[in-house]
Amino acid sequence: MSEPSVTPSPVDLPAAFADLAPLSDWVLPSERERYDKRVASTMAELQSFYDVLMPRLEAAVAYLAEVPYDDMPDDAVNLLWMCCSLVTVSFAVEAWRQPRVPDSGAASFNAVREPAI
Amino acid sequence: MPHFAKPAEGSWTEHYGLGTEPTSYADSTSPAFYELERRAIFGRTWLNVGRVEQLPRVGSFFTKELDAAGTSIVVVRAAKDEIRAFHNICRHRGNKLVWTDYPGEESKGTCRQFTCKYHGWRYALDGELTFVQQEEEFFDLDKSDYPLADVQCDVWEGFVFVHLDASNTTPLVEYMGETGASLAGYPFGEMTQVHTYRAEIGSNWKLFIDAFTEFYHAPVLHVRQAVSDEALKLQEHGYEALAYKINGPHGQVSSWGGMSPPKDLNMVKPIERILRSGLFGPWDGPDFGELPPGVNPAKHKAWGVESFLFFPNFMILIWKPNWVLTYHYWPTSHNTHVFEGSCYFVPPKNGAERLAQELAVVTFKEYSLQDGNTLEATQTMIESNTPVKSFPLNDQEIMIRHLHRTVDEYVQAFQESGASPASV
Repeated sequence: MSEPSVTPSPVDLPAAFADLAPLSDWVLPSERERYDKRVASTMAELQSFYDVLMPRLEAAVAYLAEVPYDDMPDDAVNLLWMCCSLVTVSFAVEAWRQPRVPDSGAASFNAVREPAI
Repeated sequence: MPHFAKPAEGSWTEHYGLGTEPTSYADSTSPAFYELERRAIFGRTWLNVGRVEQLPRVGSFFTKELDAAGTSIVVVRAAKDEIRAFHNICRHRGNKLVWTDYPGEESKGTCRQFTCKYHGWRYALDGELTFVQQEEEFFDLDKSDYPLADVQCDVWEGFVFVHLDASNTTPLVEYMGETGASLAGYPFGEMTQVHTYRAEIGSNWKLFIDAFTEFYHAPVLHVRQAVSDEALKLQEHGYEALAYKINGPHGQVSSWGGMSPPKDLNMVKPIERILRSGLFGPWDGPDFGELPPGVNPAKHKAWGVESFLFFPNFMILIWKPNWVLTYHYWPTSHNTHVFEGSCYFVPPKNGAERLAQELAVVTFKEYSLQDGNTLEATQTMIESNTPVKSFPLNDQEIMIRHLHRTVDEYVQAFQESGASPASV
């Protein structure tokens, strides 16, 4: 049996964002998965994801602004989910300086209904 | 000197005659008192259980677990213009009628009729019993004697409510009162993009309402969500509402909110600057023109959010960029409850708008996680044997004083009515 790969298989991204393929493991379609990955990551991992994607966010927003929500191609959806992960990670980096919400203990807030794309 | 005008009496609390004495939270620590609340409040008021958009077609249904009222209900669109609610129990042997996989979990879907999993009894969408397996084996069974047990159900502004007291004669619109009337016409139905969160909270249901009807805590508890200069300024100024309104059991807080967009972009975090969104919602929300009079009643230019509490457990927050948050607090015991928070937006036109909505939703979640755990810390101490049993409330905490007083009034009225104190 081969070792499980540590490098996730890259997902399709719009051509202008193909260089973000190494961040493919942050393309997660639900808020719960994005939050779970954040709290399972170290601050170094979160910071490095933030440092790569944050400088591209403005361009990503400009790109996504041209993509109709009710007819999004897969590559644009992947870019959207990656940026949604940045939203989740930004709280750890910009506000808390730790992966978890401070003093949140065992408390959990679970998304039970999210809009479909 | 207050930043915003107060009533002539000098305070909102005195204006509404709510008394200024310290309060006790004995109503939040006692299993016996909770049993009274179940009968006196959750069994005797209109409860919001959802929205009409959750029932798009004839046969669309959802179930709702109402521990506090001692029942489970099924809500269904029985006809194009008719929504019905029933106790979720089969008339044959008492099996729960509608559930999926786990009997204690809520369920939803679309069906032509309800069929009991146990012996196959079938009910039409209007509750009529239409089929009994081996009917001839029963003794003088008349199917028309065994419809599903009806629950009063009505709709206000697209919100579906039920009332568990079959003898209730107060129509929903009357129960919603002046507070409800002042909100009529707000375009809730346009906001079909919904994110819902659920959390099990280790506190009495009223303590979370207390937390979400005062913003006195916000500059302190949530200080790290603001950038540091802004945090200092917020803590120095503290919090003052623009206005409070109390109407019968319901109430509202009108708040400032210069953050959508902020005057100075340096006041907010980097991600908020790029996505043009944050705690107060996406900065570029839809324009609905003039809003109903209940929204920003003081017509203050610094207005940012209107928070309504519809007694007992339903809150609506309307934000300046025209999106809506609702909160529900469903008690499960004297010191636990299920919290539900839903964010409602106009559907995004493109991927960038979806991303701006995501930031508002996640900000709400991060704040709520902080609030939720603080509540458990409060509950354990007010339940403890410490000698501290009396607590002061300031004028910005008027909604707390009003809620606990209203609960007390309902329980007293129930006891005076001579109704049995037995548990539901």
